[in-house]
Amino acid sequence: MTRALLFLLLLFAPVLAHAVEPGERLADPALEARARAISKELRCLVCQNESIDDSSAGLAHDLRVLLRERIAKGDTDTQAIQFIVARYGNFVLLKPPVEPATYALWFGPPAVLLLGGIGVVLYLRRRRPEAPAPLDPAERRRLDELLREGEG
Amino acid sequence: MRRILFLLPVVLFAVLAGYFALALRPDRDPHTLPSAMIDKPAPAFTLAGLGGAQGLDSAALGGRVVLVNFFASWCVPCRIEHPLLMQLADATNTPLYGIAYKDKPADTARFLDELGDPYKRVGLDEAGRTGIDFGVYGVPETYVIDKTGRIRLRHVGPLTAEAVAKELKPLIEELNRS
Repeated sequence: MTRALLFLLLLFAPVLAHAVEPGERLADPALEARARAISKELRCLVCQNESIDDSSAGLAHDLRVLLRERIAKGDTDTQAIQFIVARYGNFVLLKPPVEPATYALWFGPPAVLLLGGIGVVLYLRRRRPEAPAPLDPAERRRLDELLREGEG
Repeated sequence: MRRILFLLPVVLFAVLAGYFALALRPDRDPHTLPSAMIDKPAPAFTLAGLGGAQGLDSAALGGRVVLVNFFASWCVPCRIEHPLLMQLADATNTPLYGIAYKDKPADTARFLDELGDPYKRVGLDEAGRTGIDFGVYGVPETYVIDKTGRIRLRHVGPLTAEAVAKELKPLIEELNRS
């Protein structure tokens, strides 16, 4: 049992590992938690697809320390994020802000889904078989004739 | 109307293909990031100089067009662009300032002794904070700063003769005229 537990623990150990080094952490757990949450949202500019929380690049380390300094000095989350965005632009945000330049990004996929949905609905509606028009008197006479021929 | 609907997938495909073609242009480097600092005043900084020499501070910017180059002794592309910097310092009448980014002063000194010192003044940014204020994400980076102290151009990566001829020189000339 102990072995199995140890095995599981080791199995998940890499998932628990972070690039945040012990020396970088803030003494106050509440502030540290805020810093962690923010640093997960900031892109490491060296690796570009990692957050600065995950990255072991030198610049990511510097930004983590800088972020913690700002927070320890009393910055709100927004102020701390703005401080870094002012230097590196919106690119540093892993979640792009909703603004005119990103409308296509945010609303494009739902819009395409909506258009597709409308298309599907229209198509299915059109395919539904319509009740055939009733026969006019000429057609009915012709049908009766044919039926009589068949019997005879 | 019906005909137009049939053309819709073709049109959509053309739009997507055009978009991908733009993104895959051979001269486009997806790692080059737009600078958030363009047209903004250069950040304030005061940096110590090498071994008693005059350092560099933001008061030195402004008044005339200057070049600021971030470099480090540990940076290989900096060695590649170094000969160009030596030429640039001679050829243009523009002061070239160096900021040694996250480098030990002794290593910076050795680097400049070995390869030559193209800089009018060098500031030591050992902690890399001035680099962050400029939005530097990897050395070398070169900035053109105009007479009012605003950042007008950022070149990421080693300078090339082409970049100097097509980007830096025309801009410096234009800024000097205005």
